[in-house]
Amino acid sequence: MNMVDFITKLLAATLAMGTSLTYATLGEVYTQKTGILNLGMEGIMLMGALAGFTTAFNTGNLFLAMLMAMFVGGLFSLLHAFLCITMRANQVPAGLAITIFGTGLANFLGERLGPASNNFNLTGMNLPSTFSNIAIPGLSNIPIFGALFNVSILTYGLYILIPFSWFFMYRTKHGMVVRAVGESPKTATALGISVSKIRYLYTTLGGVLAGLGGACLSLSFTPSWNQGMTGGKGWIVIALVIFSTWNPGRVVIGTLIFGGITSLQFSLQAAGLKMVIPSQFLGFSPYLITLIALAGMTIINQKKKGSFASPAALGTSFAIDDK
Amino acid sequence: MKKSIVLLLIVLLASSFAFAQGTKEDATMANAPMKVGVIYVSSPGDFGYSYMHDQGTKAMEAYFGDKIEVIRMENIPENDSSERVMENLIDEGCKIIFANSYNYMQYMLNVAERYPDVYFEHCSGYLSNDNMSNYFGRMYQMRYLSGMIAGAMSASGKIGYVGAYNTPEVVRGINAFTLGARSVNPNATVTVVWTNTWFDPTLERQSAVALLDQGCDVIAQHQDTTEPAKAALERGKYAIGYNADFRAIIGDDRVLVSPMWNWGNYMIPEVQAALDGTWKSQSYWGGLDDDMIHLSPISPLVPQAMVDKVMAKQDEIKNDTWDVFWGALKDNTGAVRQQAGQKMSDGDMLTMDWFVEGVIGSVK
Repeated sequence: MNMVDFITKLLAATLAMGTSLTYATLGEVYTQKTGILNLGMEGIMLMGALAGFTTAFNTGNLFLAMLMAMFVGGLFSLLHAFLCITMRANQVPAGLAITIFGTGLANFLGERLGPASNNFNLTGMNLPSTFSNIAIPGLSNIPIFGALFNVSILTYGLYILIPFSWFFMYRTKHGMVVRAVGESPKTATALGISVSKIRYLYTTLGGVLAGLGGACLSLSFTPSWNQGMTGGKGWIVIALVIFSTWNPGRVVIGTLIFGGITSLQFSLQAAGLKMVIPSQFLGFSPYLITLIALAGMTIINQKKKGSFASPAALGTSFAIDDK
Repeated sequence: MKKSIVLLLIVLLASSFAFAQGTKEDATMANAPMKVGVIYVSSPGDFGYSYMHDQGTKAMEAYFGDKIEVIRMENIPENDSSERVMENLIDEGCKIIFANSYNYMQYMLNVAERYPDVYFEHCSGYLSNDNMSNYFGRMYQMRYLSGMIAGAMSASGKIGYVGAYNTPEVVRGINAFTLGARSVNPNATVTVVWTNTWFDPTLERQSAVALLDQGCDVIAQHQDTTEPAKAALERGKYAIGYNADFRAIIGDDRVLVSPMWNWGNYMIPEVQAALDGTWKSQSYWGGLDDDMIHLSPISPLVPQAMVDKVMAKQDEIKNDTWDVFWGALKDNTGAVRQQAGQKMSDGDMLTMDWFVEGVIGSVK
């Protein structure tokens, strides 16, 4: 196998792996931009994966399955929004509770929503159809970058969603409102913006995208239902948000690096090149890079006065009468 | 007089009542089902490791009927809370407790020392006590047989193997599989990708995809989900299952065969011994003779001549006339590890940390 072929296949694997992460990370960026920290992503993604899978399994309609995953994801993050915004609960334990509740409920339902012939278990069931790769004629034959044009419709969706999100956040008036709420809820209120409304809206949107991210796994990448199938991706999302410096345009850099290194550790082993770098090292290297990036950003922030800083009001609750 | 007769009658009645009560209680004691505790590291719904253990538990329940009562504990973490779980099971009256994962070992030993009247059964470990046994099976023998089939069916001679962790159990399985593949296809190689996880559908699939990208046309696995096999099937390649019969689960004949566990064949005699009061502590490594391990039915895509060859080899193992790690062995750096005519000891097999010739990859 030649080098070009190796890289093309590595890129294809990276895109397949990165799609789920990118949707969820984008969702968390929207949420955190308004000042709400949602640590419930792992649970929400798993619920989305389950909702998508069970819908596709029973109806065979992938579009409906996607909508259902988004709906369930939205519902769960609405619960988080209620706890953090209306009840003004501490966002960290509230998010952790969502994760524990979501994973538990998904695993519980996964053993009950299946067909009677399989003892009501969804594990081991196959979908009538899945999101498969669509190759764009001509473009998909380009060496290396052709991999970008032979992906599932879920990945193509990101090619639109990422630039749109960046444009929305930094070039529209409403995007400015969102950022204002996350930076200074007090100022936003003074400008007549309803902080609660914006926070509710974007926390829910975050969950909608996380639910879709989960469904990418169960409908496209590993079309199946397995208990705990998100395997900690909801936590990686939290790190990737920091990595993206809360910029929706940069989300893709983090997910590509992360997905790339994860794929690389397997490609190197499969190519018999494993002796070069131990697999355990490759396994934790994405996290190591995140740590290095965090340290680097802190240093840059000190020198350049917070160009990569988190939204100032992140993690704090707010009420109009707050002084 | 009258009063004393009444008193006597009352005493008689009361005592007969008490006696009746006593005999009834004795009867229920004799017929009371013996309680059996079963601890699983994951949920039996995983279609992998704990699923197969639960199939064993179900076989045991069917065999003993109302003579036993099983209490199942699922998703029990392998830390000190497993000790609390075992103590709870003992409080509930369990007489014998099975735990199915390696890292329960020390916690089980702790509890076993505190409760000498309860029997403990630990799967896959090496510690034991007067009232604690450990048990496992010679799965490597089935890996060898499945390797023969993989070697025969691989056109490219490049076989991929998705491995979880570099523990002796997994390494032994890869070596046996490779020896089996090369026994029918001397130039075959087995490329190993480590996932560093027992269970992660996405990483398992990615590993298989990376192997397929390198031209492997059969994918074998030591993992808990069906994802590596499914990835191979989606590319039109062959797969070798593990734990359960993947061909039946996935419904595709290109799953050539699956090495499988039959835990019930160990659990049933152990529970019988506990019922009879003849239970004895042991370190048990079961094989084909007691059917603790076996091959799933072989896919119709495998030529009959090959199936016959595999069955002949299986008979040799069963009759103790041959075993996988007998004879000359080289490792994958070319160094001689065992001379011709030698038989590897169980101890050497249980600590195996090197790959045989033909494996592409490294243990560390």
